[in-house]
Amino acid sequence: MTYFILKRLVQSVFVMLAVAFLAFALFRFVGDPISQMTGVETAVEDRERLREELGLNDPFVVQFARFTGDLVRGDFGYSYRTRQPIGEMLLSRIPATLELGTVALLISLIVGIPAGIYTALRPRGAITQSILIATLVGVSIPTFVIGIFLIFLFGVYLGWLPTFGRGGTVQIGWWRSSLFTLDGWRALILPAITLGVYQLTLTMRLVRAEMMEVMRTDYIRFAAARGVPWRSLHYRHALGNTMIPVITIIGLQFGGVIAFSIVTESVFQWPGMGLLFLESIRFVDIPVMGVYLVVIAFFFVLINLIVDMLYLAIDPRLRVREAA
Amino acid sequence: MLLVENLTVKFPGRWGEFTAIEDVSMRVERGEIHGLVGESGAGKSTIGAAIIGLLQPPGYVAGGTLRLGETDLRTLSPEAQHRIRGKRISMIFQDPQTSLNPLMTVESQLLETILTHEDIGVEAARARAIALLEETGIRDAATRMRAYPHQFSGGMRQRVVIALALCTNPELIVADEPTTALDVAVQSQVLDLIRAMADRRGVGIVLITHDIGVIARITDRVTVLRGGRVMEAGPTAEVLGRPQNPYTQALMAAVPRLERRLPRFLLPESDEGARVLEVKGGAVPEGASAEHAAAWLMAGARGTDAGHALEIADLGVKFAGTRTSLWKRPAPFVALDGVSLAVRAGSVMGVVGESGSGKSTLARAVVGLVQPAAGTMRFQGAPLAPARERGRHDPARRAIQMVFQDPYSSLNNRQRIGDILSEPLMIYGLEPDRAARLRLAASVLDLVGLPMAAIHRYPHQFSGGQRQRIAVARALLARPEFLICDEPTSALDVSIQAQILNLLKDLQEQFNLSILFISHNLAVVRQMADDIVVMKGGKIVESGDSEAFFTSPQHPYSQDLLRLTPSLALIAA
Amino acid sequence: MLAAFLRSDFLYLFVRRPMVVAAFAVTLAVVGGAVLAPWIAPTNPYDLASFSLIDGLKPPVWAAGGDPRFLLGTDDQGRDMVSSILYGARLSLVIGVSAMAIASVLGVGLGLAAGYFGGRLDALVMRIADIQLALPAILTALLIDGVSRGILPPSAQQDLRVFVLILAIALSLWVNFARTARASTFVERNREYVQAAIIMGQHPLRIMAVHILPNILGPLLVIMTVDLAAAILLEATLSFLGIGLPASSPSLGTLIRIGMQFLLSGEWWILWMPTAFLVALVVAINVLGDFLRDVFNPRLR
Repeated sequence: MTYFILKRLVQSVFVMLAVAFLAFALFRFVGDPISQMTGVETAVEDRERLREELGLNDPFVVQFARFTGDLVRGDFGYSYRTRQPIGEMLLSRIPATLELGTVALLISLIVGIPAGIYTALRPRGAITQSILIATLVGVSIPTFVIGIFLIFLFGVYLGWLPTFGRGGTVQIGWWRSSLFTLDGWRALILPAITLGVYQLTLTMRLVRAEMMEVMRTDYIRFAAARGVPWRSLHYRHALGNTMIPVITIIGLQFGGVIAFSIVTESVFQWPGMGLLFLESIRFVDIPVMGVYLVVIAFFFVLINLIVDMLYLAIDPRLRVREAA
Repeated sequence: MLLVENLTVKFPGRWGEFTAIEDVSMRVERGEIHGLVGESGAGKSTIGAAIIGLLQPPGYVAGGTLRLGETDLRTLSPEAQHRIRGKRISMIFQDPQTSLNPLMTVESQLLETILTHEDIGVEAARARAIALLEETGIRDAATRMRAYPHQFSGGMRQRVVIALALCTNPELIVADEPTTALDVAVQSQVLDLIRAMADRRGVGIVLITHDIGVIARITDRVTVLRGGRVMEAGPTAEVLGRPQNPYTQALMAAVPRLERRLPRFLLPESDEGARVLEVKGGAVPEGASAEHAAAWLMAGARGTDAGHALEIADLGVKFAGTRTSLWKRPAPFVALDGVSLAVRAGSVMGVVGESGSGKSTLARAVVGLVQPAAGTMRFQGAPLAPARERGRHDPARRAIQMVFQDPYSSLNNRQRIGDILSEPLMIYGLEPDRAARLRLAASVLDLVGLPMAAIHRYPHQFSGGQRQRIAVARALLARPEFLICDEPTSALDVSIQAQILNLLKDLQEQFNLSILFISHNLAVVRQMADDIVVMKGGKIVESGDSEAFFTSPQHPYSQDLLRLTPSLALIAA
Repeated sequence: MLAAFLRSDFLYLFVRRPMVVAAFAVTLAVVGGAVLAPWIAPTNPYDLASFSLIDGLKPPVWAAGGDPRFLLGTDDQGRDMVSSILYGARLSLVIGVSAMAIASVLGVGLGLAAGYFGGRLDALVMRIADIQLALPAILTALLIDGVSRGILPPSAQQDLRVFVLILAIALSLWVNFARTARASTFVERNREYVQAAIIMGQHPLRIMAVHILPNILGPLLVIMTVDLAAAILLEATLSFLGIGLPASSPSLGTLIRIGMQFLLSGEWWILWMPTAFLVALVVAINVLGDFLRDVFNPRLR
């Protein structure tokens, strides 16, 4: 088992390095850092001096090592556009995205999993059919359309909820949270639903497919043949076995939620990382793009690792070795 | 105790209603083991499912009586029906690997089952569970039951399954192919256990199987099924020993005998030809016929030379082990260890062994799929290149052909039969002309007993036995001198198996082929082989003349194998 | 062949599901409209001379103030909505289909090779896929877009917009194909008909093309429909974010972005018409994808 953990750790580090390399390549080969940072009037000698100071004439490997070293220490460099340290910019934006993502994920799980179970256990009801149709539509509507629609309905037409921004926020240390005020929640709810709808449909379909698959297995039939009560069959035997593959996907979905937040943040003008990234694309702010890449990859890799550890904890087949 | 009268089960489907079982009647008394035997599709599993009320939807019971003791099973509400399950009727399935919930310990699965039906408290339930596990032969049950299913071996798992079925003291157990997935020795133990349970506890058992040897071994009475109807029923010794019904008679004639060798299976006129689908449309190539095929094959056949077709010396094959620890390099899995044998030209050598003995690996090494780590091979006196050194155009690739086990995966479902059969002719450069290739393909089909127009059809339109004939035809179209048959009939019904084996015998004689015949079924090997080799754990344990071996085996392992294989000889006693 | 199709499960199930038939009809209509746009659209929205501000902001024909020349109304520039939508759908489809085609060829090719040869090639492809999976599709698409912006000279950017988009979307989607193809190839490779072909000494390319590929098409077809929908959505999203197609040659996503300006001011048709069209198209494709999945996996019915 320790071998398994070690192997995964090494894999994760490898992926991170590869992504860091990508980000670094972005820096070096897309556009010229010096021209970005200086104006047109700067003399050639000054440019050369800047180049030397920033170590841009050093060999490739050295620069890459320095880059990675900086990243690990938390020094993310400076934005071309705002001249601010990227680390600071990120810190001010991460809480917004994380809160949004978590609430969206919670919504998708709380609604998606029970819906999936219900439709799996009652495949032929009218409610099931309507749920299935609803999810089909949900998967097909682009996130931004949902956002626009919600804004239109609740913001413009009914006027109940705010249509942009975070509303009332509370600062805790460096974390600016909107979860502690009613105003903050009112601002959070629409973007969270928008973001959560897609994940919800995915979760529901997955849980349904897995559960239907499990209900067909021999051990369920055998348990039924032994007269194990249906309720226990469904929720103890079947659900337990269903959740294992579902957990991986949920883990990945959290990553997807963070990524899709780009669109939602754009629609609702939510001041999170996604919006930051979008602006960096528009202005070709390479350093921010690169750092965002690394940060997102880090989240994914971290989540994957946690999911794998969860697997170890839950599935006895991985924990204890098999008999001959 | 169990009364089944005029039972009919139907499955509504796309093409109308399919009657799976029609008008079936049988009785099972206390402590009686009643066998339900038939070939695939006969409906035996459906009867089992109907008795316990777990028919796969959309199947339903269309008519008849199902009575357990005084209770009419058909009039019960779904809840009442579910309460009976486990309490009065239980069921066990074929594959112990998938029958147990992998996430729950054996203990919790046992306790849950007991406590569902009886209100006796956890401690009493646990005590009963332990006693039961010990009774089924699991020593040290108290500790072992805290383990998870995957930590038990196959045979042990099936014992756990039996314990689970018994723990509520049911009156009747339906056992659906309970030993098919097990090795011979383990199968023997589990069958003994089932017999003991019936005798000791008075449980009635419906034993569903396709294996006539198993029926002969432990059942008291037997019902023979075909196409959903009862062909014959009665005490086992009578039905198997003096069958009255023509189907049963044909069935018994097709069962390979373990106690003596027959030159051919004495089958009645095969009606498989009549059951063949209508092959309309698609012309038969001009001049195609079995004679054309035979002439072509003879043209390539070698004369009867003395000497050996295949010689293997000291062959060793290793597979890399899976790494589980950072510190220790994984130990390789030794599939073959110092294997040596020689196949006389024009003879059949049988290779016998249980699963994991290495017989398939041996076949794959000879045919070039697996690279040996040690040893040499010679084919017709010349060195035979091992897998990685065998060039794509090496003549040995043509001369050595293989017939595989699974007829459903040995043919490419997306290719027409004509193309499948033309491939060897094309690849080996035996016939450059496309029309001539199709003519040969059709001719060989005729030779193996299939309609020639089949060249226009796809594999899924044929049954298992027919597909295996096509596989044999494909092998023949390479004009081989050496044929490796890897469990060629293990996936087929008994009667089809007999036809295929007859076909192989005929072809071998006609074209003087040398054959390496691999099987786990001793009786089949006895009918086919001239010489024999017994494998265990990658090594050859005994070898020699086949008849001499079967009359008096030398090695204790071989003796055990022969003794424990359930066979019809038990009836004669 | 025709006889086989007429008797197939596919057709049988198809005619029994009105929703699927409807979806198929919708898709056909949309695709037909998009393909035939240059011939059936009333006006050409790219031709600056064909519209004028005087006709701007007209509502659809059934509302007050509607003009029969403009069935679905006009936008603020006076462009006919019907024409804009048809041409927009055309662009969306061209990009979506091209991206999906490239992704499938790339993905299936790599997946087949990785599954067949195993070993180092497999490890390499899987590593790349792992890395790419650490970055969600939209991120990859955005990145490639951003990179191209940095690399290409500004003059070329406009013209190459479409190609950059296609490339970006294709590169985000190939991984799906690769993983499925690889998994299916693994399974098929161990089946006996492939082993028979290997024993025969057939060339690996022949084995992959003649034996394996035709047998793994089922799940791949399902992914193709799902990914087509995803590609179209992705393009729409990128255009909506302002990074896709510009207003001068708008796709459906761009039209929606333009329409959003009028969300609060009452000219609802400029927003909701293209939106309805896009949603209808994607829902239809997804319904078809679901149907295909059911056909190929009878146990889920």
